[in-house]
Amino acid sequence: MAYTREKPSPIESRDQLRARIPGWGVDLDPQDRPSVPKLRSEPDGNGAHWDFPERQLEHRPRERSVEHAFLTPVFGTTCPARGVSGLMRKAAYRRYSEGRAAHWLLLLAADRVDAWESHVRSFLTLRPDNPITETGVLSEFSHHGIASRIGKRRADVGHQLLDPLIVAGPWVVACGVAYSAIRSIAGRRR
Amino acid sequence: MRAMVYRGPYKIRVEEKDVPRIEHPNDAIVRVTLAAICGSDLHLYHGMMPDTRVGTTFGHEFIGVVEEVGPSVRNLERGDRVMVPFNIFCGSCWFCARGLYSNCHNVNPNATAVGAIYGYSHTCGGYDGGQSEFVRVPFADVGPSRIPDWMDDEDAVLLTDALATGYFGAQLGDIVEGDVVVVFGAGPVGLYAAKSAWLMGAGRVIVIDHLEYRLEKARTFAHAETYNFTEYDDIVVHMKRITDHLGADVAIDAAGAEADGNFLQHVTSAKLKLQGGSPVALNWAIDSVRKGGTVSVMGAYGPMFSAVKFGDALNKGLTLRMNQCPVKRQWPRLFEHVRNGYLKPSDIVTHRVPLEHIGEAYHIFSAKLDGCIKPLVVPSAG
Ligand SMILES: [Zn+2]
Ligand SMILES: [Zn+2]
Repeated sequence: MAYTREKPSPIESRDQLRARIPGWGVDLDPQDRPSVPKLRSEPDGNGAHWDFPERQLEHRPRERSVEHAFLTPVFGTTCPARGVSGLMRKAAYRRYSEGRAAHWLLLLAADRVDAWESHVRSFLTLRPDNPITETGVLSEFSHHGIASRIGKRRADVGHQLLDPLIVAGPWVVACGVAYSAIRSIAGRRR
Repeated sequence: MRAMVYRGPYKIRVEEKDVPRIEHPNDAIVRVTLAAICGSDLHLYHGMMPDTRVGTTFGHEFIGVVEEVGPSVRNLERGDRVMVPFNIFCGSCWFCARGLYSNCHNVNPNATAVGAIYGYSHTCGGYDGGQSEFVRVPFADVGPSRIPDWMDDEDAVLLTDALATGYFGAQLGDIVEGDVVVVFGAGPVGLYAAKSAWLMGAGRVIVIDHLEYRLEKARTFAHAETYNFTEYDDIVVHMKRITDHLGADVAIDAAGAEADGNFLQHVTSAKLKLQGGSPVALNWAIDSVRKGGTVSVMGAYGPMFSAVKFGDALNKGLTLRMNQCPVKRQWPRLFEHVRNGYLKPSDIVTHRVPLEHIGEAYHIFSAKLDGCIKPLVVPSAG
């Protein structure tokens, strides 16, 4: 009881727990738990046979956090920054530390720009973006889309209504803008 | 090779990509035999993680066979069957030297506050992931381990993150015998955290979620007492009522950045990206734990600020513990538990999909259709 000094008595005894739950208490001693204590390394090493690793070659300029003294010896090479989003990303890394909200907000904004640049670019390829197949939304029909949600008291159903809006919304707006632009150009010609 | 490719929020497809090359003498190229989709991949899929570039291949939970090794690799050979921890780490920096593998300083030029993770945006180093036929594995002498002969592929792939992280979450709770442990979130990590809490001697394990099929799994797989928060006006008050008005001794947040339960918080974080994550689960953890208790955070959060109830944490004298799991340090002990049958990681797998259908798999997992708890991805190579 919270209002007196005694600890509430346990619901089940040790023996009951042992009988019900396989392995109950095998790691009771904190020394049996991995990564105890903190800040201690494996006594027999971890496979590193260098003090400072050899450095990966930087084939093209690689953006890095201003909080780093230099480019880390190993880094990922996927998706180099390009286009307008690339300029935004480079600016975010060059100008702001990770402590600044501007750093992250600029990167998030660049992500949205990147998505749009990539959509547009995809129409110049043999495989343009397909909002139906790429959202996997067809699985709604094959994997119990309605039955999984109705009458299940799920907290996320309301939020999920927003998702198609977020995905389709910009397309609808873009199509609307394109349509009205074409109409106004056509109107001027007349 | 065929690989899953991000095309923008909620959009992915399978594309032909170049097979990755050795870029550093300690790299290996691994042919992926089994991968998983993680709950935290959904943050990328939803466009929540800063600097997630179109064209990236996700996937930080994978196992495979070594295809090629760089000139300085000593511990692995072509043909080895390996499991790869989700963290990329050098083994020699200040942090690795102290066992903080998830906080390695030598692998992520894009940030100092985060380590590097396979297929987890440029904020985590800009590496491609394993939802693909092949993947580049840096520091091949340090990260991967050969899979023990007796271990199933499905158990091995779940040890690369989900199980190790769940166990780590329970461990950060500093559980002592008889503790009341409450876990928020009955996804894979929450289920494993609940199960692990018993191994550490918990006297009572409670799991909170809103999806009945996941709560059912928490009861059968993790032997937990469960509550659906949508059935209670205020889940925090309910937690107090069932714990003698003390609160739990340990609370574990295994939900993370997209926690539901509060519309406003969910919209400002998950939808509008104004927060580093929806702090609903974390705040419930802070409110539900007793004074002087411990809150362990296992859910993934982005780098930006979230509206966390710090004042309550201070006034209650809480210990807040959190990190990304240093997976490789967990393995020796977890291998024993799997071998002894105390943990059977693959029990939570619900879906197995070929790589070509990964777009549907992401939608099913994200929208929680079809009783989905953990989807595995099988690349067609090999
Ligand atoms: Zn994961
Ligand atoms: Zn390191």
